[in-house]
Amino acid sequence: MITFIVNKRRLKYKGPPFKRLLDVLREDFELTGTKEGCGEGECGACSVLMDGQLVNACLIPAGQAEGKTIETVESLAKHKTLAPVQKAFLDHGGSQCGMCTPGMLLSAVAYKRRKGKNSAAAIRKHLAGNLCRCTGYQPIIDSVRAWLKKS
Amino acid sequence: MKTSSKRCVGASVARVDAFEKLTGAARYVDDLTRPGLLHAVTLRSSVAHARLKGLIFDPAFPWHECVIVQAQDIPGKNGVPFLQDDQPFLAQDFIRHPQEPVALIAHPDRAAAYEALKHVSIDCEALPPVFDARDSKTCFKEIRLEKGDCARAFSESAFVVEGDYSLPHQEHAYIETQGALAYWEDDALCVTGSLQCPYYVLKALKAAIALPEHSLRVIQAATGGGFGGKEDYPNIIFGHAALLAYKAKRPVKLVYDRLEDMAATTKRHPAFIRLKTGLDREGRLLAQEAELLLDGGAYSTLSPVVLSRAVVHATGPYHCPNVRVRGRAAATNTPPNGAFRGFGAPQALFAVELHWEAIARKTGLDAVELRRKNALRPGSSTTTGQELKESVGALAVLDAALKKSRYARTRAQFTRHNGNPKSKTLKGVGLSLTHHGAGFTGGGELHLDSRAAVSLSADGTIRVLAGSTEIGQGSKTALTQICAQALGVPFHWICVENPDTSKVPDSGPTVASRTTMVVGGLVRQAALELKERLADFPGALASLKSLKAAARTLCIDGGPLRLEARYAPPEGFVWNETTYRGDAYAAYGFAATIVELEIDKATAETRVLKLTTAHEFGRAVNPLLAEGQIAGGALQGLGYALLEHAVFAKGSMLNGQLTNYMIPAATDAPPMEIVIVDSPTPHGPFGAKGLGELPMNGPAPAVAAAVHHATGRIFRALPIRPEDILPHLSNP
Repeated sequence: MITFIVNKRRLKYKGPPFKRLLDVLREDFELTGTKEGCGEGECGACSVLMDGQLVNACLIPAGQAEGKTIETVESLAKHKTLAPVQKAFLDHGGSQCGMCTPGMLLSAVAYKRRKGKNSAAAIRKHLAGNLCRCTGYQPIIDSVRAWLKKS
Repeated sequence: MKTSSKRCVGASVARVDAFEKLTGAARYVDDLTRPGLLHAVTLRSSVAHARLKGLIFDPAFPWHECVIVQAQDIPGKNGVPFLQDDQPFLAQDFIRHPQEPVALIAHPDRAAAYEALKHVSIDCEALPPVFDARDSKTCFKEIRLEKGDCARAFSESAFVVEGDYSLPHQEHAYIETQGALAYWEDDALCVTGSLQCPYYVLKALKAAIALPEHSLRVIQAATGGGFGGKEDYPNIIFGHAALLAYKAKRPVKLVYDRLEDMAATTKRHPAFIRLKTGLDREGRLLAQEAELLLDGGAYSTLSPVVLSRAVVHATGPYHCPNVRVRGRAAATNTPPNGAFRGFGAPQALFAVELHWEAIARKTGLDAVELRRKNALRPGSSTTTGQELKESVGALAVLDAALKKSRYARTRAQFTRHNGNPKSKTLKGVGLSLTHHGAGFTGGGELHLDSRAAVSLSADGTIRVLAGSTEIGQGSKTALTQICAQALGVPFHWICVENPDTSKVPDSGPTVASRTTMVVGGLVRQAALELKERLADFPGALASLKSLKAAARTLCIDGGPLRLEARYAPPEGFVWNETTYRGDAYAAYGFAATIVELEIDKATAETRVLKLTTAHEFGRAVNPLLAEGQIAGGALQGLGYALLEHAVFAKGSMLNGQLTNYMIPAATDAPPMEIVIVDSPTPHGPFGAKGLGELPMNGPAPAVAAAVHHATGRIFRALPIRPEDILPHLSNP
């Protein structure tokens, strides 16, 4: 049995230890906000935070998450109120089709926690592991910059 | 409630679908499940062309656990009903491309379904395949367009410039792969999933399953991008899920992984284009001749209409008295190519726009001034002989982009930089002027006969009813704004019904930059009819309380009051499908795009430094969302120009992964400067024209022009990769 904390809840998982963390979250715990885009760690749609580190959940076997603290997109909003990072994406058009959005948001959160600079070039570099096919990234960069400026 | 926020069209209101997407609550097809769900997989041919003799099932495998559908199990017709119905749902007698579906297998356990695939083999007899469209003997469609007398005009030209251009496949790479979930509910077979065109799918299901329309229902799930890739392929994948659910009498989910999606679904048509242009001594166009060949793949699907748009756009946004265009779409033994943002126009416009570089070189005239001299303006006659009366922003976008980017200064600066032997890079700046016709080409809109409705329920809810799909482009928000503006009520009073064929009318497919202009026009019309019905209730549109009171009176029998509008072509518009003469589109949008880039002299790596683009599309319903469309389309255009290279061998894509088919990442995207130029059209709601595809047309030729400026060489094929440039950089 594998035990971990997901979005502040202690969860127990009894399935195969090599099942992808992505599938465990989506299928065993119905946390479908984490998306699969490529299944090989290239697109970042399945980005989650594991002990604060940004990881691709499609590359993490469940066993590796033993004892870890996981944060997914579902942890951001509180009681129907968007978190400031989500509000910034709303105001600046940072989400279009929405498939890269959960990963982008968590990537932005990771950037802020490690006190990343509020410069477009630095943000671009940080987000390079999260692919978006809709926005041309410009509205996403604008969203992250506005959020960092405000907070 | 106050109605202070009446000014709705033109405001950058936040998207109505954002909350679910930002919180992870939006349900895409792979997020859905049902009790007793079966997981489906597809057995594909792997050979490019063959006579199909049968399937050989490994007798040791527990097949009783699986549900299997082959061609002979299809209760209806085994042909996807489209422009032609040559594409089967499942191969029967013949295999025509290496990804052709041959059988479907469903199992309660997904891994077991994949395992089953290893225990079937295909018995077939190979036939000679064709992989190059230039070798093909099968033509899906040929179009000829003639205006004036080209032969005479060429003989009178001071300059005649010829050139060959070639364009590759391009993969949509929407982040959500294609998928469908079929299930039974209330004696109806329902299919939900990722798609652009619910009524196309409904037609496909009617053909395949042979059930009456009221026993079939197509429902859109949240859709993670389309770009044209989810226009016709969902007919197949929804059809497959439905066929399995019909046979199994259980819910079935069929979702492709990335590799299968890239290998099996459609791509942008590769194109071979030959241009010949005649000009007088001052650089005025006298004659334009274009020969286009599109690689259609194995079945006709959308190739005839992609060709039609390519032909109409093949001479660019210019006025020329003598034109001859010949276009063909040919069959090859590769998966069918289909719709991709731009729909033939990006291919045609790459050739026309880059051709100016060759013309400038030969004539010694300036490429920007040549465009200015020949650009369409009010009163101009297009290639098809359509007289443009108003809202022709070609010169306005050209000037706006030149000014915003300080083009002349940058060009001189880069030329100086390149002349310095100590520079480690070569820099270039290039421009393109492009247009895009909004809506279906020619008589297409009339043929669609689209309908959209606005309803008022007894509880006071105002609903927009249309089959148009939100796929990330923001249509749900734009239609809300248009409806609110027409009624003069606050934005949040309006809700848009989710596309479900049992609830919404057929407003036509969500393609061809038509949703805002055409469907938005219908929504505005229906809303105005509702407003008229409410005229007898003073103040009904001033407060929600009085609206509810009016609604209770108007909604007799408790059912909603529903006002429907039906498409009618603009007055006086005519189109001749045989001669390709007439009014090809109700309106054209225009864009001028300027790309600045640098090329590393040692590695030939290209880095785009900046993209500036000015767009005229009538009027922006929502400037923030419009800018998002422009930036996104522009980056797809840059990917097309520099990065995206689908490698094909024996009819199959070899690099069907995001690891080796590279789409631009944030570090590949340049800062962008976007200018929106207003020029309202009378043919769209509140002056709006279509926008979706226009941003895709300009970046690739602007990149090639910038590479020409940097290296002195015109690269006439895409993508332009370091390995293409490197041999042409002279070593110091």
